[in-house]
Formats: sequence, C-alpha cells, structure tokens
Amino acid sequence: MKKISTLAVLLLALPGAWADQGDTYAEFKAMMDRSFKTTGIAPKHRMYQLDFQKECSQEKQPPKAVMDRIEAEQMKTIRYPADGKYFGDWKEGEKIAVSGRGLTWTDKTPYNNGGGCYNCHQMSHHEVSYGTIGPSLLEYGKVRGNSDDIVKYTWGKIYNAKAYNACSNMPRNGDAEILTEQQIKHLMAFLFDPNSPVNKK
Amino acid sequence: MVIRQKYLVAALAVGLAGAPLLAAASDDLLEGINAYREALADGNPSELVAAEGEELWKTPRGPKNASLEKCDLGLGPGVVKGASAQLPRFFKDTGKVQDLETRLMTCMETLQGLDPKAVVNAGWLKGEKEKMAALVAYVVTESNGQKIKVDMRHPEMKKMYDLGKLAFYHRAGPMDFSCATCHGDQGKRIRMQELPDLRTQEGAAAGWGSWPAYRVSNGQFWTMQHRLNDCYRQQRTAEPIYGSDVTIALSVYLAATANGGKVMTPGIKR
Repeated sequence: MKKISTLAVLLLALPGAWADQGDTYAEFKAMMDRSFKTTGIAPKHRMYQLDFQKECSQEKQPPKAVMDRIEAEQMKTIRYPADGKYFGDWKEGEKIAVSGRGLTWTDKTPYNNGGGCYNCHQMSHHEVSYGTIGPSLLEYGKVRGNSDDIVKYTWGKIYNAKAYNACSNMPRNGDAEILTEQQIKHLMAFLFDPNSPVNKK
Repeated sequence: MVIRQKYLVAALAVGLAGAPLLAAASDDLLEGINAYREALADGNPSELVAAEGEELWKTPRGPKNASLEKCDLGLGPGVVKGASAQLPRFFKDTGKVQDLETRLMTCMETLQGLDPKAVVNAGWLKGEKEKMAALVAYVVTESNGQKIKVDMRHPEMKKMYDLGKLAFYHRAGPMDFSCATCHGDQGKRIRMQELPDLRTQEGAAAGWGSWPAYRVSNGQFWTMQHRLNDCYRQQRTAEPIYGSDVTIALSVYLAATANGGKVMTPGIKR
C-alpha cells in the first residue's frame, strides 16, 4: 500500500513541480528524461522528484515558511511502533549502522538494506572509520537520557528526518521504506542501550 | 615504497566496505592514507593502461580499417597533447558539447566506421568499454601537469553549465540524495574518505582534475563516465545512460568550476 501511495503522490506532484519555470528548467526536465534508464531494481522514475525534493534542490534552503510546511507534511508520515516497544537488540543495530548496502541498481532486492549510519555519523567508542556529514552520535543515550520525549523524537528522526529539518541530508529511513520497523528498533537500542558501544567504553 | 606497515594496513582496511574496527586515531589514519597514496603515485599502474591505449590509438580498426591518429579532440586532427585539459568543449562538426569519451566515440564512428552503440552497451571494462578506458588513459596522460582550461564562451557551453548545475543539486530517489549531499560542503568525509567540495574552484579542481584514475582497491582504471555512473549508483538514483547529456552537463559544470586548476590525470585513488 505504502509503495502505491508514494507513487501516486509522485505522479501527482510531477506536472506541478516541473511546470512554471523558464526555458532552462523545461530543457533540464527533458534532459533528465532522456539521460536515465531503468536498471535492475532502480526504475527510471526515481529521477522524478517529490515536491519537497524539488524544493530542496537549490543552492540555498527554501524560505522558512516553505521549510515549516514541508516539516509539517513529513511529520504526518511518521509511524510509531504499533506495539509501543521502541527498542530491539543493540547488537543487531550495530550491524545495520555499519552496513551501507542497499537500493542501488546492482542490489538484487530492495529489501535487507543497511542504514549506512557510519557513512555520516560517529557512533561508537570503538569504530574510528566514520563520516562527518552528520553530527556525532557518540554517547547518544548517555548524554540525552531516555525520557519519552527523546525516545519519540529519535524514532521520528530515524523514520523521517525531514520532519525536523525539511532539507536534511539524512534519508527518510522509515517513510521511504529503506529500513523496516524492526531494524529501526535495533538502531534505537544501539543508540540508547547502556551496554551498547555507543554509550559504553 | 617507504611507508609504515601500520598505515598501509589501515589504509587498505578502509578501502573495504564495512571496514573492520581500527585501532589508530582518525588523524593518524588520514595521514597514513595520504602517505599511502603518495607512495602509490610513484608507480601509477595507469601507465600500463595508457600504453595499451596509445597502441590502440595507432592501430587500424573497424570497417574502414583506420586508426584514430586523425581524430580531432578539439586542438586539431591528431593533437593529443593537452587536449583533455580543454574538454568538454563545443564541436562544430557534431553541433554538440562533448566530453572526451563521447568525442572518442565520434572519431571511432567517422574514422573507423565503428558503431558507438558497441561502446554504450558494453559493460564497464568489457569489450569496447575496456578499449575506451585504454584510449582515455592514453589521452589524459598527455594532459598531465597542464592547467584545466575549458572554453566557456560558446552559448551551448553556457547552457550545459546551467543544466549541469541544476543536475548537481537535483535531489531524487529513495534516499533524497543529490551530488551536493556529499559534495556541497567543506571538509566532510564519508567514512574515512575525504570529500571535495565541488561547488568551489579548489574542490572541483581536486575532483575533476584527478579523474580519470586508477583505483587501487579494485585494480581498475575508471574513466570520468564510469566515475559519474558510480556516483549516481551510490545516490540510489536511476542509472545515467553512457555519454548522455546529463553526464556532459555535469562534466561542464565541474570542469568550468575547476578552471585554472591543475590536471593530475590519470589520478590514483584508494
């Protein structure tokens, strides 16, 4: 169901998103259309943008009113765990954080993806090979505690980072079906569990 | 190769996806990787690929049984020295802006009678694409040390620059990534890999100026088309068609931004 609704949004968004700009933009649209092809699990329509993707495709961030609107829209996509349980197994979470695999046209299936967290974030005491595009998450749970608010916020941020920062570089792991609910639970445990190397030296 | 064992091991480990846990501190590690690259640059394995390409350049091939020695890469028929430092450029005979690889396809078609589709449809480093990589290695070696000097006066070049810039910021796909996600800020890394800020002259010169390159981790020589293709793969977008306009537009945007920088091709990468 989710896949279908995303596609519907995307198709509806297209004409509006690509209409009212000058000649250069019309040419750009035509260029993108003839320059890409479907390969494996990566269909050509991945090049067509969602509304917010288009609004975040400029040198500078959109105006605050636009950012606010995008964030409100994205906030509605967040689904919290149905069983009310936010935490899985931190050891599984670590594996997901390490793996940067999934969703390329050379991947066999659109499932079983990694979170790629270490590509951009420092996370644990023992992993020195981490990226710096995102903020350090070292001692995440230790520093922030585990109040309902911070737990809920963290779930939401992993599920759809655009709900908190419209043009965030971070993928919408839940909303875009990159990770499953169970995988997000494992990541939550990795971030919050006192025994996880994120928090324990 | 004068390089400390610890650094070499660390640098190699970083080259693998899902690298194992490393003991060294990250600054040490980066320093080690840079030392490792310098050591490798002394004997760039691209030389072998380039030698193959030079041979291929001079060898008659195709239905017309001709060599590429009269190929015009922009500086006149047969002039290879410095040619790739000034690409992409607008070519009157095709009426198009072309990068090195699409221009070589034109020469293969007109001089040798070879069908460009054989290159476009081949797998990376297979068949005609393997030959293309060798030709590219040869040509770009002949611009090493020159200045990046892309002529932006033609209106078609300006148009491609504008389109390339739009493509650079175009967020799409399940991860909402664009080129700018990783290459739109200063001093960032993915894992231990430092990322050039391609919006700036310095960053673009570092990136554009050091590709095509030999990749030590997989022992492959990659052309710029191959490099851009893999960037899109990792962005999780759809696949750009070989030599398509988006690849030319992005190349113009990068090369123009890099103008004045130094050509270090063929580069050497982890």
